[in-house]
Amino acid sequence: MSLQPPGGTPLVRLERLSPNPDVAIYAKLEWFLPTGSVKDRVAAAMLSRAEDDGVVGPGAKIIEPTSGNTGIALARLAMLRGYALTVVIPENVSPERKELLGSFGASVVSTPGELGSNGAIAHAEELAAGGDYVMLHQYVNPANPDVHYRTTGPEILAELDRVDVFVAGLGTGGTLMGVGRALREAHPGVQVVAAEPPAGETLMGLRSLDDGYRPPVFDPAAIDAKILVRPRDAIAMTRRLLHEEGLFAGLSAGAAVHAAARWATKLERGTVVTLLPDAGWKYLSTGIWTGTLDQAVAHLADQLYF
Amino acid sequence: MNMAVPVRIPTVLRPLAGGEKVVEASPGSLADVFAEIERRHPGLGERLRAEDGGLHPYVNVFVGDEDARYLDGLDTAVADGVEVSIIPAVAGG
Repeated sequence: MSLQPPGGTPLVRLERLSPNPDVAIYAKLEWFLPTGSVKDRVAAAMLSRAEDDGVVGPGAKIIEPTSGNTGIALARLAMLRGYALTVVIPENVSPERKELLGSFGASVVSTPGELGSNGAIAHAEELAAGGDYVMLHQYVNPANPDVHYRTTGPEILAELDRVDVFVAGLGTGGTLMGVGRALREAHPGVQVVAAEPPAGETLMGLRSLDDGYRPPVFDPAAIDAKILVRPRDAIAMTRRLLHEEGLFAGLSAGAAVHAAARWATKLERGTVVTLLPDAGWKYLSTGIWTGTLDQAVAHLADQLYF
Repeated sequence: MNMAVPVRIPTVLRPLAGGEKVVEASPGSLADVFAEIERRHPGLGERLRAEDGGLHPYVNVFVGDEDARYLDGLDTAVADGVEVSIIPAVAGG
């Protein structure tokens, strides 16, 4: 049976977090998906296409670089469909992610934390080059942005008559590209804004700028602005989501909402939509809800969280 | 005292900045800021440019909290006290 990407997540208005009473901020809660993140859509879409193309079949060995959520979503599907999955993941992600991968039956290969996701991508590409694995490669695979174009974007359009701005975190760029395209087709003036965490600052092992990485999925010309969200701002907004809206969101969600609220101050009026990729469970060990903001920022240092 | 523009330097470029996390420049355009840090730390300003003189493809430069590529690029005005952050391009996901 062909895999169908899951969807239909709730879109809620963040009544208390807009700094501008004439700007409504809506958030799509992606933790309602089967493994609790937006990546359930991407994993199903990539695997479905690979099956349809005959690239993945019975007994397949799949390898994927990820900072966590894509691996967890793929692990569940691989378990159900009888594939062996190896996930290549930076060692400095929260332990919850590695525990989930193990529980779902994936093999985990760790790469040096100071190389971040770039290191995981490079190592997975090396392993895949041997020919023993199929790599779905979320950073390259057009099924990633396409599933957001086909599902996430239309779901937003079905609920709102007006969208002026869409804000999402920049990881692979899949959400920004796919949702952005769908929204622009309906509302040509919509602004697409990326929220970027400054992870590169802590990657001690980056030897030169030329070791940088731009996911092929991401077209920089297809967005209108990019906002830098520092860990302190991401943590502060993740706490406000819990304390003021009762939403137990993850850190990348806090970063996206920070950027959405920041953009709301630049508008006179309108509607800003953002996407909350996952819930807080996988971040408990990062200590972001504990102690003062300074303590939480210090505790988070050098951890990879997006 | 004349307020300066703090420029945050990522780990990967700190050897070119004498190990400093933050270097200072005067207000002006982003191109002016890069030229000044090149004078003070030879090699550092140049490292941020691509061969065609534009921004290096694997560097993101934020003026305040906005990516300069989506402002006016190297012509973006950097006012007194506004922080410039240089961030290597990395992936997430």
